[in-house]
Amino acid sequence: MSTPFAKLPRWVDYGVIPVVNLLMAFIVAGIVVLLVGENPLRAAWAMIDGAFGSGRNIAYTLYFATFFIFTGLAVAVALHAGLFNIGGEGQAFVGGLGVGIVALALDRYVPWYITFPVAIAAAALFGALWALIPAYLQAYRGSHIVITTIMFNYIAGSLMVFMLNNPLKPLGSMAPQTRMFEAGAQLPKLNWIFGLLGMQVRSSPLNITFLLALVTAFLIWLLIWRTRFGYELRTLGHSPKAARYAGMSEKRIVIITMLISGGLAGMMALNPVMGDQHNVSLDFVAGAGFVGIAVALIGRGHPAGIVVAAILFGALYQGGTELSFQMPDITRDMIVIIQGLVILFAGALEHMFRPWIQTLFATLSPKSMNLGVAKGA
Amino acid sequence: MEFVDTLVQVLGSTIRVSVPLLLACLAGLYSERAGIFDIGLEGKMLAGAFAGAAAAAVLNSGWIGLLVGILISVALALVHGFASITHRGNQIVSGVAINFVAAGSTIILGQAWFQQGGRTPALGPDQRFEPIVWPFADAVRGVPIIGPLYSNVISGQTLLTYFAFLMVPVTWWVLYRTRFGLRLRAVGENPAAVDTAGISVAWLRYRAIICTGVLCGIAGCYLSMAQGAGFVKDMSAGRGYIALAALIFAKWRPVPAMFACLLFGFLEAAAIRWQSQLSTVVPVQVIQALPYILTVILLAGFIGKAIPPRAGGVPYVKER
Repeated sequence: MSTPFAKLPRWVDYGVIPVVNLLMAFIVAGIVVLLVGENPLRAAWAMIDGAFGSGRNIAYTLYFATFFIFTGLAVAVALHAGLFNIGGEGQAFVGGLGVGIVALALDRYVPWYITFPVAIAAAALFGALWALIPAYLQAYRGSHIVITTIMFNYIAGSLMVFMLNNPLKPLGSMAPQTRMFEAGAQLPKLNWIFGLLGMQVRSSPLNITFLLALVTAFLIWLLIWRTRFGYELRTLGHSPKAARYAGMSEKRIVIITMLISGGLAGMMALNPVMGDQHNVSLDFVAGAGFVGIAVALIGRGHPAGIVVAAILFGALYQGGTELSFQMPDITRDMIVIIQGLVILFAGALEHMFRPWIQTLFATLSPKSMNLGVAKGA
Repeated sequence: MEFVDTLVQVLGSTIRVSVPLLLACLAGLYSERAGIFDIGLEGKMLAGAFAGAAAAAVLNSGWIGLLVGILISVALALVHGFASITHRGNQIVSGVAINFVAAGSTIILGQAWFQQGGRTPALGPDQRFEPIVWPFADAVRGVPIIGPLYSNVISGQTLLTYFAFLMVPVTWWVLYRTRFGLRLRAVGENPAAVDTAGISVAWLRYRAIICTGVLCGIAGCYLSMAQGAGFVKDMSAGRGYIALAALIFAKWRPVPAMFACLLFGFLEAAAIRWQSQLSTVVPVQVIQALPYILTVILLAGFIGKAIPPRAGGVPYVKER
């Protein structure tokens, strides 16, 4: 065999490989920009400037990142247990229903800091419940979770159209959305942080859900690498046989993992519903559930990586919006292409560059891959 | 009599909306029977629809459009094959990626090339596939029951429609009566056995995936060049996933696949036709969600068990 069978150093595994995959995705995306008839380098610069050029732009970037931290964690938790939860979109949608119900019930009576924890619980609960049936079917009836979660995305769509057209629609209104929440269900913004850094941000949707997302990421790290259950779920993901021999209950792990995954996806709804638009409408998820797949893959399933990858995708969203002002032909849909390419290169083709990089490292520094020891003396 | 007329109309539109489902479903059948899961039917269909309509508009020919649509869809299928056969990547992840690339690029390229908000130019009669009126269709319309059935359901469909239904027995024949079909089914159940017999697993799977690409491309072209007259963004609208559901519903067999697609097509047609009457009894959304709910119930094993090809989703690693 030409490729040495050795582990890469951690920084290569978690740093270099994702960057190479991202670069490939961007190069192909650049070709699409060329086909459109624009200059890819100018487009890239417009995106970077649009994402980080001013305090306001950074705030928007972090606002979008908040979505993807939650959905990325949701996908990652399931992936660690060997489950592919493609239903983040539907779980987030239904999570929004939970947020909406809590907000509509409490917003006139209590301040936001009482509504918020209840809404967090409701979002997680509704999202988790939406993942429960696919989880149950996977664990007990052996039906493929990918297919059931896709089906549940569509069922969630129909459910939400029904809910927003009938029980939740205010009287006399035509639009399928709830009434606007009062102050008791509006989350505080984080613009003051930029004030501390000497940047003026007058209006941006960035709200305290972002901090909640960071805390959640830390808690998920604790869960996966520092608890007994996390050990079990990783064991199941690595080798279902080993988990079975060790006496772990596969069914229990699948169900609990999917509940956590669905709950995380559901919590995403807090960000747009209570943080920004202050009502439940039909388009608040806007594909964020699917972006979570790309984020989890680029972040290599680690919460720290997911936060970085989420900010990257937040930058793509925000930068993409600014870009579409400058180059009207390149709409926000460019992100969908990049997202697809990232999933392709970082997910499906993850093994394509690995042998090359391994060979490269083995030639450059055999020691870093412990090859010197194996051959040595 | 009025009821019969309505029913015939609904049956006619059932056929029309079933065609893309059926083509995509049969497409998925080739791939999944060979052991390659394909979530990317949706994306291939969408890309085929766009490429077909764009080429037909620019080059002024429906047949060239169809060819280009097929080529693009096959190209995407080969990407899926490259990732999941050659590089043994995760087949689900690869399919999801293809769906996103197709969804994004059809909108971006459509807007950039034609400047009509993601639409392609409206296609004229020569650039699309027109309904074919069968002989005596008008003459027998007056005959009770058979007349309207003949003139509205059998006659007046496009060439691609007849092709789609013809593909059902053809697929059955290929799968169960040819050497290629036997090997294709074997490679989806036990690739190691096929390998031992001295047949290339990879090449067999690539051929299966090319069949998938061709049929998905035709399904897309049907949407934009037969049912519609031009591409509209996101025009596949989840049909690839419904086709996948139908495939599971049919337990990966061609003839039941046709009935599953007709059933899902009928649900769609009925929901459109009786929307106002039905909404007093059950919410329209329930009917729209019915194909998905039925699939979930089937998957749960309550209507017989759907057992996928045994090697499905598992990359084949040749033993050394």
